[in-house]
Amino acid sequence: MERKYLFYFFFIGLALIFIARLFYIQVIRTDFRLSAENNVIRKEMVYPGRGLIFDRHGKLLVGNQSAYDIMVIPLQVESLDTLEFCGLLGITKELFISKMAEAKAYSYRKPSVFVKQMSKEHYISLQEKLYSFKGFFPQKRILRDYAYNSAANVTGFIGEASDRFLADHPSYKKGDLVGITGIEKSYEEVLRGRAGIQYKMVDVHNRVKGRFEDGKYDTLPDPGADIICSIDIDLQKYGEQLMNGKRGSVVAIEPSSGEILALVTSPSYNPELMVGRERTKNYGRLFVDSIEKPLYDRGLLAEYPPGSPFKVVNALIGLQEGTLTPNTSYTCHHGFHYGRLHVACHCGTSYPLPLRTGISKSCNNYFCTAFKGIIENYPDAHQGMNAWSEHVKSFGLGKFLNNDLPTGRKGFVPDADYYDRAFGYTGWKAVSAISLGIGQGELLVTPIQLANMTAAIANRGYYYTPHILKKVNGQPVTDPNYTEPKHTTVDPKHFDIVIEGMFDAFEKGTARGSRLEGIEMCGKTGTAENPHGQDHSIFVAFAPKDDPKIAIAIIVENGYWGSRWAAPIASLMIEKYINGEITRETLEKRMLDGTLKEEYQKQLDAVYDKKKLIAENK
Amino acid sequence: MRSNGSLFQNIDWILVFLYFALALLGWLNIYAAVYNEEFSSIFDMSQKYGKQLLWIGTSVVIILVIMFADATLFQTLAFPIYIISILSLLGLFVFGKEIAGAQSWYAFGSFSLQPSEFAKFATALATAKYLSTKGVSMNSWKDRFVALIIVFLPAAIIIPQPDPGSALVYSAFFLVFYREGLSGNYIFAGFALVILFILSLLISPLYLFLFIAAIAGIFIFLYRRSRGAIVRIIALTLLSVGFIQSVDYTFNNVLEDRHRNRINILLGKAHDPKGIGYNTAQSMIAIGSGGLTGKGYLEGTQTKFDFVPEQSTDFIFCTVGEEWGFVGSSVVVILFVLLFFRIIIVAERQKSAFSRIYGYSVASILFFHFAVNIAMTIGLAPVVGIPLPFFSYGGSSLWGFTLLLFIFIKLDSNRMEIL
Repeated sequence: MERKYLFYFFFIGLALIFIARLFYIQVIRTDFRLSAENNVIRKEMVYPGRGLIFDRHGKLLVGNQSAYDIMVIPLQVESLDTLEFCGLLGITKELFISKMAEAKAYSYRKPSVFVKQMSKEHYISLQEKLYSFKGFFPQKRILRDYAYNSAANVTGFIGEASDRFLADHPSYKKGDLVGITGIEKSYEEVLRGRAGIQYKMVDVHNRVKGRFEDGKYDTLPDPGADIICSIDIDLQKYGEQLMNGKRGSVVAIEPSSGEILALVTSPSYNPELMVGRERTKNYGRLFVDSIEKPLYDRGLLAEYPPGSPFKVVNALIGLQEGTLTPNTSYTCHHGFHYGRLHVACHCGTSYPLPLRTGISKSCNNYFCTAFKGIIENYPDAHQGMNAWSEHVKSFGLGKFLNNDLPTGRKGFVPDADYYDRAFGYTGWKAVSAISLGIGQGELLVTPIQLANMTAAIANRGYYYTPHILKKVNGQPVTDPNYTEPKHTTVDPKHFDIVIEGMFDAFEKGTARGSRLEGIEMCGKTGTAENPHGQDHSIFVAFAPKDDPKIAIAIIVENGYWGSRWAAPIASLMIEKYINGEITRETLEKRMLDGTLKEEYQKQLDAVYDKKKLIAENK
Repeated sequence: MRSNGSLFQNIDWILVFLYFALALLGWLNIYAAVYNEEFSSIFDMSQKYGKQLLWIGTSVVIILVIMFADATLFQTLAFPIYIISILSLLGLFVFGKEIAGAQSWYAFGSFSLQPSEFAKFATALATAKYLSTKGVSMNSWKDRFVALIIVFLPAAIIIPQPDPGSALVYSAFFLVFYREGLSGNYIFAGFALVILFILSLLISPLYLFLFIAAIAGIFIFLYRRSRGAIVRIIALTLLSVGFIQSVDYTFNNVLEDRHRNRINILLGKAHDPKGIGYNTAQSMIAIGSGGLTGKGYLEGTQTKFDFVPEQSTDFIFCTVGEEWGFVGSSVVVILFVLLFFRIIIVAERQKSAFSRIYGYSVASILFFHFAVNIAMTIGLAPVVGIPLPFFSYGGSSLWGFTLLLFIFIKLDSNRMEIL
């Protein structure tokens, strides 16, 4: 056999081996295609700008700023100079190790956030060096930017979606931002928009080289809608200033629409604290502050006995039930007396008071007697109480307002069942619940309910569910829950006399110190007893009397008389909103500078003393 | 009957066509491998495809020079060329420039020459010259020894540069020796030793002994009637065991750690994603992702984004695999095989032993490059840094292979002149 045939054999043999091998890896095996794509394709989320939030006059409250997350894909990370890298990112080595472990625990192949929300300035300074650390890449993020150090409780804040949230919302991914409180939470769907996805190609050094398949698979981000909220930021800010140094809340509503003009809780916090890399630390600090409770929105969540302002509601119910007429008069003998029961009164009168004066002077005797009359108008206390309870609830009390704020409380309006449980069906009568006549006892309301109640009175018999949303993308609110009035069970004709009484409270009654020439204000002071310490200073008001533009409820915790803090603050708020400027500088200064720190410290000391006592007795 | 016609009379146009086809395909793939949008002029001398175009152009000049030269010159000057080549290799130890860890280059300004690429054709000439000398026979131990010296002298100089890949190429001459009369047993034994060597590193010696003993047992059973055969089988078995033992001993006791690591990586026993393991992995991803028809010219992502190291040189076949797919890769493989067949056919028609032996040398050298290079890119062989002839980027290698092939074409065109 000729020797050249061995050569031919080699040539053909090797060619066959090569072609077979090529067929195997190129045609039969498909995993290489995937590997090649994994090599070059990087999926980047393109976050749309979250919708902006404006106040009712179009002033920007919440905007956007860009920041960068440094992401990591653990599988691609190669050995690196940890010290240099940590220095670049401004983190400690311990954090580096723990973050790396966390990322690996999540996934080796999927990106995890390594360093969150790096400021644009910081990112630019390290951008050029970042690509030399394989496996790390930046992802642009939109962060909130707050124009005012104000209304933090209203706008709320956003944060990374929790694992629990992710489980319920498949359209969110780990690391996505979501509204946690306030408008951000209520209108998450509107504000969020939809993140777009870009498939980018990167080279071996992880440098972006262009779009994958010319962006065929990319999706465009769908930007979130802008929101105009009902807040008047100047009024809001003014309310916050007035409440400085006091605990409590101010809720102002436009009666003709139910739009919330101001929702002040005090103390609050600077919304900027919820942005950026210090966010977790700041949030922790606010969260653990169990004394000041800055994250607690008192306007929506705190429940107080309404006190004297509630007398107005009782007056209206009496008029509706026919147990009271504008001319019904009672003489106060330093309080309400029934057997051994005694409810003190400080109205300081000793002549027969008609309804109007009973309101303006806030006579306890008058309304205890009136309440007794309402209940006893029915065959038994049970029926009377239920009738009363229904009337009260028609003012939006004792139930959720069902508004567009993410939190709220029902408050409490007792009905007959409540007393049946406590005393047995026949074991009680009107006087057993006599405190309800003056807004004390079991009654509990939240400030926003109180403000809404005031709006219902200002409107002479109806209210719109209070809401924070005014317009979305320029379109006014259409939800019938907010656009259709809800009527009270009291006929409009009964309101005028009561409103006259509230007007007198400013003109010559309990709130005369807060009277303002030029604006016809109607109000009702309150001094709510509470078990924690000094009485709460409460005030509800609306103005102007005949064309109400604003209804307001104010609670200053432990502020004592309603006329001491709450009434002046309400009066200033009304002046600010209607006139746009303040003329009573002395009063304003007294309110702005006044604090109740001493009172709060006293309470705190009492708590400590009690704890010490308990500890010593153990 | 000397022809007074054209210089290009009697030229084997098939070889010329295959040469240009491969060189141009190579250039297209080099262009793809280094392609980026910023530099797209094919004449851009700052880019490899621009330079390669220059190398191809100068190769044409080399071809013309060869064609104008007298064919007998190569036979006459075979030894002088060989000696100059050896000297140029030795000179590297003094004047050589280190590139990528190997002192294998002479630098002339911005461009450098790799003498080991030229040593191939010089060695082929010298081998052909020696073996065609009257009275020299592959059956004589002395002649075998001299031939071996001629072939392994350049290899011995190249190994310590270090450039073991280029040195390995010289083992291709065993095929030439076989054609010229060396017993096929040597080829067989050579293969057996290589396989045994790799196995002894891969498998623990005990299992290998058992395996060999089992095979020996089968053969002893088959040849149980022939005492002589049994003795030979036992002797061979003992030799194998001794060989395995010595490989094992050398590997574990003589070699240093760094050598051991390198060999382990070659054998796939150690994993080094930054080193050679990475090359093969990325190379297979590139070729494997090409699919049946490839991703299209300039569309290969592995290629464009530099995932395969050395892609324009040793790993140029990745570009073919990724962008032209199975179809394109097979075409390239077939083109090479056609070239080898043609060289053998042309070699066999030579009247002069010199031309024939030279032809076989050309075929063997090219075949060896082709086999090792492509096997390495598709994960059939460890990574050995040798170029794919005519395809890979590089002036020295293209010039070297051009000289190698066209001297043969010239010799062939002159075959009628030899009586």
